[in-house]
Amino acid sequence: MSTNGMKKITIEPVTRVEGHGKVTILLDEQNQVKQARLHIVEFRGFERFVQGRPYWEVPVLVERLCGICPVSHHLAAAKAMDWIVGGENLTPTAEKMRRLMHYGQMFQSHALHFFHLCSPDLLFGFDADVAIRNVIGVAAKYPALAVQGVMMRKYGQELIKATAGKKIHGTGAIPGGINKNLSIAERDGFLKDLDQMVEWSRSALKIAKDYTVAHLDTLASFGSFESSHLSLVRADGAMDLYHGNLKAIDAEGNSIFDQVDYQNYLDYIREEVRPWSYMKFPFITSLGPEKGWYRVGPLARLNTCTFIDTPEAEAARKEFMALTDGKPNNITMAYHWARMIELLHSIEKIKALLHDADLQGTDLVTKGNRRDEAVGLIEAPRGTLFHHYRVNKNDQIVMANLIVSTTNNNEPMNRAVELVARQHLSGVKITEGLLNRVEVAIRAYDPCLSCATHALGKMPLEMEILDAEGNVLDRKAR
Amino acid sequence: MSDTITFTIDGVEIQGRRGQTILEAADDAGVYIPRLCAFKDLSPYGACRVCTVMANGRPQAACTQPIAEGMVVENDTEQLKKVRRDIVEMLFVEGNHFCMFCEKSGNCELQAMAYRLGIAAPKYPYLNPKREVDASHPDILVDHNRCILCARCVRASKDLDGKNVFQFIGRGPHKKVGVNAEANLSDTNADVTDKALDVCPVGALLRKRVGYAVPVGKRLYDLEPIGSDIEAKRAGQEK
Repeated sequence: MSTNGMKKITIEPVTRVEGHGKVTILLDEQNQVKQARLHIVEFRGFERFVQGRPYWEVPVLVERLCGICPVSHHLAAAKAMDWIVGGENLTPTAEKMRRLMHYGQMFQSHALHFFHLCSPDLLFGFDADVAIRNVIGVAAKYPALAVQGVMMRKYGQELIKATAGKKIHGTGAIPGGINKNLSIAERDGFLKDLDQMVEWSRSALKIAKDYTVAHLDTLASFGSFESSHLSLVRADGAMDLYHGNLKAIDAEGNSIFDQVDYQNYLDYIREEVRPWSYMKFPFITSLGPEKGWYRVGPLARLNTCTFIDTPEAEAARKEFMALTDGKPNNITMAYHWARMIELLHSIEKIKALLHDADLQGTDLVTKGNRRDEAVGLIEAPRGTLFHHYRVNKNDQIVMANLIVSTTNNNEPMNRAVELVARQHLSGVKITEGLLNRVEVAIRAYDPCLSCATHALGKMPLEMEILDAEGNVLDRKAR
Repeated sequence: MSDTITFTIDGVEIQGRRGQTILEAADDAGVYIPRLCAFKDLSPYGACRVCTVMANGRPQAACTQPIAEGMVVENDTEQLKKVRRDIVEMLFVEGNHFCMFCEKSGNCELQAMAYRLGIAAPKYPYLNPKREVDASHPDILVDHNRCILCARCVRASKDLDGKNVFQFIGRGPHKKVGVNAEANLSDTNADVTDKALDVCPVGALLRKRVGYAVPVGKRLYDLEPIGSDIEAKRAGQEK
């Protein structure tokens, strides 16, 4: 396919991300990169087939979107349903059980991403042979690290099981509350391994920080660009991964909006549809579709919050922000460092919760006046997750809109791919170096592509170059 | 004439009372015969045929067949297990049973039966029928996707509630549970306290807004397979 005398390069499949995608690089007549697109080729349709189902079923239905972070969908939908039943002011036990579930999820997801998906790039370098630059290679050369990754993931998964009932696709959060508390025996089981988890989180953070600082010369420009950032923050400006109000800042750190009640998100965020992708492009309404795109996830959260309310993560945040003199950090590869600060924050939160007697409370559910429309937001591991529903008088869903984290990062991922292609494409051939670097840039966002398109099918990703006449100049798939 | 009837199930001698069905006598003796439409407080109906046994060499529904002196009943045989698996598999493909998000999961007799019979996935093609959800009643939800036409609600509404809210309509593949009203359940005198709501073996007839109130691990079949309560009686008798 050709577009206005341009040539096209496509990379698919992109490996070590969750889902399926395809990268196309469009060249102009001088064989310079004109545009790069990360296509998401799957279609999923959850927003359609949730229609007609009773609202209390939704938190358990929509979490089937994903096997990696179902808890995020479970909780975002449950938060929306809290609003529907007028039970948004949860009992202390319900809120703390849900927070424990969420921090457990954050902990296991960040550990999975760092140790098993991105560590091969950091430990072996972008140009290392793909035969060793993978999780098996990490296990062979750095067995202790690989084991830590597995054990940390397990710890998070066990927390999810204790709060949601199952490690994957649990039922814990129900409209207006939770269906169980944490037994003393369950709590003591977690306390036993807690100090080890804190220690391993510290060392993972150190690896990510040292790597970023040591390679700053190359990383600072690698797929990096100035952007706005968006996340939930607490009323006092603190990072809050479970609940808060919307805040957006520009690349300089100036406020675009702050403390916005997310029930009114439609007044601030819109979604643009582009014909070549199933994944929509959200943007901040006041800035328009051209300039209104923004980043979400660990990097954005570090940039938007004014402080972190756990001591070790706060100390780490200060170090992180010192790198850019307190201004927002726009370095794409700094996502990894930010993610590990959140890993430490999550385990600090888990520690505080496990010592809180409210988790053994028995007042689990609350209700109030029924509403017909609700929005539930949460900071998922990959970024801000929006769930929006309307319910009819018979308790059935009549409208659902989901803006998932990876969708929020759609434009930034496209920009990162385009930048890397400009920096590393020479000629019209897809070299290993280019393929690797495009993947590394995408992977920094920890995208979950199947989730973002509400997709049917599975991941891999390919890359293709097409010329002005629509001829495939090169094509690569791992 | 003695009221006690002696017969055998799988070679084990069982004492039953005159007038009992094979299923009732087996239950009393602590022998579990799988079933989906039979229910202790309801009259026998013989709809699902999951309780099919060989009685004196002939296939019979244990829930409707009375016991007789000297009757030889086969229950736990490979042949009958296969028949039961086939029936349950057909029930699965005939409706739209999405256990993964069904609130009845863990408390569902159909799901529990599949686990007990060792069904991992049906071998028959899914029919994916288009079925309705009747959410019109303020407190009751009817999801026809999950109905297995066991007639428990039909019988319970008539015999236990004295109401006659539910009736079968249509035949063959078009058969479904209808309501005795112009249109929807909200047009009937069905009430959230009706016993008919307690007997549905699947997630077809539900009290609204209960959902997943019971956590995983505390549901009926989370720890013990279906039929364990009946088999525990036998274990008790043998002690």
